[in-house]
Amino acid sequence: MTRVALAGWGRTAPSMAEVLTPTREDELAELLATRPALIARGLGRSYGDAAQLGGGVVIDNRGFADVGPISPAGVVTAGAGVSIDQLLEASLPRGWFVPVTPGTRQVSLGGAVASDVHGKNHHRDGSFAAHVLSMHLVTPTGARTVSRREDPDLFWATMGGMGLTGVVTALTLQLLAVSSDRVRVDTDRFDDLDAVMAAMADGDDAYRYSVAWVDCMTRGSHMGRAILTRGDHADAADLDPGAATLAAPRPARLAVPLTAPPGLLNPLSIRLFNEAWFRSAPRQRRGELATLSSFFHPLDGVRDWNRLYGPHGFVQYQFCVPATEGQCVVDAITRLSSSRLPSFLAVLKRFGPGDPGPLSFPMSGWTLALDLPVGPPTLGSVLDELDELVVAAGGRVYLAKDARLAPERLAAMYPRLDDFAAVRARVDPEGRLTSDLARRLNLGGR
Amino acid sequence: MDNAFGQPQNVIVLGATSDIARAITRRLCAARARHVVLAGRDPSRLDEAAAEARDYGATSVTTVVFDATHPDLAGETVRACLDALGGRVDLVLIAVGELGDQSRDQDDPARAAAMMTVNLTWPAAALSALRAPLVAQGHGRVVVLSSVAATRVRPSAYLYGAAKAGLDQMCLAMADTLDGTGVTLQIVRPGFVRSKMTTGLAEPPFTTGVSEVADVVVRGLESGDRVLYSPPILRYVFTILRVLPRRLWRLVADR
Repeated sequence: MTRVALAGWGRTAPSMAEVLTPTREDELAELLATRPALIARGLGRSYGDAAQLGGGVVIDNRGFADVGPISPAGVVTAGAGVSIDQLLEASLPRGWFVPVTPGTRQVSLGGAVASDVHGKNHHRDGSFAAHVLSMHLVTPTGARTVSRREDPDLFWATMGGMGLTGVVTALTLQLLAVSSDRVRVDTDRFDDLDAVMAAMADGDDAYRYSVAWVDCMTRGSHMGRAILTRGDHADAADLDPGAATLAAPRPARLAVPLTAPPGLLNPLSIRLFNEAWFRSAPRQRRGELATLSSFFHPLDGVRDWNRLYGPHGFVQYQFCVPATEGQCVVDAITRLSSSRLPSFLAVLKRFGPGDPGPLSFPMSGWTLALDLPVGPPTLGSVLDELDELVVAAGGRVYLAKDARLAPERLAAMYPRLDDFAAVRARVDPEGRLTSDLARRLNLGGR
Repeated sequence: MDNAFGQPQNVIVLGATSDIARAITRRLCAARARHVVLAGRDPSRLDEAAAEARDYGATSVTTVVFDATHPDLAGETVRACLDALGGRVDLVLIAVGELGDQSRDQDDPARAAAMMTVNLTWPAAALSALRAPLVAQGHGRVVVLSSVAATRVRPSAYLYGAAKAGLDQMCLAMADTLDGTGVTLQIVRPGFVRSKMTTGLAEPPFTTGVSEVADVVVRGLESGDRVLYSPPILRYVFTILRVLPRRLWRLVADR
């Protein structure tokens, strides 16, 4: 048995596990029935410790890699190890886009289910779960196909369930029809946080996609200055004939070859980057045509960009709070900018209603995501303070990003943990499915 | 599990009643340590330390009594500690030690042997009992309290210094053998620390309190540096002291 060191995208707290790549369902079922501790892993894009398991078996889901035919209505069945990138390669030339995509194409469909990922269109289209018609899943007590009608409790517990209800092998997805690979984008620059939040609350409904980049390092009257980009798929009929293509995204042309020295990303370098980013945006621009990849997945252009954060890695802190608690977003950014912790441009977005998944992250309101290099000695305690703000506002942090939440805060953030535990007790009574995240937060019982 | 900042949740402290161990335990509990096993010699002082750990945030604290003069039982003690955590531990702190009284111990074979047993043999036995379970779980950290005394043994405390030197050297090499297992071993070399262990002794330069040592350990858990000095400047001071000619060394060391 050989073991491999596994960590999340933030490259913190690695552990050693045996990695196996079953390609058939019976192989997978046997592993789940015989091994004491297992978790599935896709492309390792969750930031924390969700897809690692010290001393256990990590199932690489890329053994389930088939993409089926796309029906005339845009329904496709694909293996859970297929990435959004691979799916787009098959579907985009035929005029079908993924209905929900996170900020990278390099996530597996199984991972997208486990985290119930959201995209820039959550306020309109919901999270990934909203577009999954059914899925096939192998649990320690057997394989089954689940949907909103067949075992809905298991279907929903699996959505955002961090892989703790079974290993998804295939899912059937409703795709989104597009007539071009371009997005028509409106950009607005705002000098402070209140202005951008007001603009989002007022105008987001007119756009399918909306997201704001917020500078969390500027203090004073320009605190929380932001760039808001909103758009929708461009209709081929409105484009110049040459521009109306349907080309699959190209692979990354740049890569970070080595782990950067510690401290490359420091308060000064990040402040300079944020400044340059802010100044490069127009005050207002309407109808600019962007490619799908530059609009949805700008960071996919640089492979292994997480290495820039150096040997100690980074954490991403993402929380959401109800719409009435916008002040919590302001307070969090104030706390962060006054702590002088270096943080890259934060992502601010409005969520639409959440779904019935007991561990699904989104809830109607605001979400803010921050990238923070590990190193400053106060970072841990500042994030603990932000947790308090978030809990007081009735919000939660995103488990797919988490690498540091205190276990005692989990129940306040996810009040339906008991529903989740009940499903687990049924499909995995011995608690074989677990992960470093689940152990740290006592997600599935100690 | 450890989190992104190297803050452990399941912790075992061997030698938990010393002032330094208690200061570190307080820091760990205030961060993320929730399930804690405290092992030591004196049951009533263990209970005090346990109450303190709960005050600082631990949700379950187990105490285990052991006697470091019996290294043949070290394996049993380690197993009891692991069992109390359901077999999953993020951090083991080894803070077992005795300063002794050189002028008394040096002419007493039984005491000289006991100094080696408590400071070297018992910790070595405990580390051997920990190694396989930690490697099996694929993650985990060990922090061993050594001393700057291990870097160059002082004539006026040669039993203590030699025992720590043995432990220190063993740990450095053992840490190398753990590469690629997910388990790490770090050593802490504090200088003179004001505590009940050193009450009544003259304070040399760079003396600190126990909280400075705890700070160094907590920061070290995040940075992962293999050898930690407290205060950190002693790294450079002892780089020089280690190579001083013997006469000069004796002037400095036995002043």
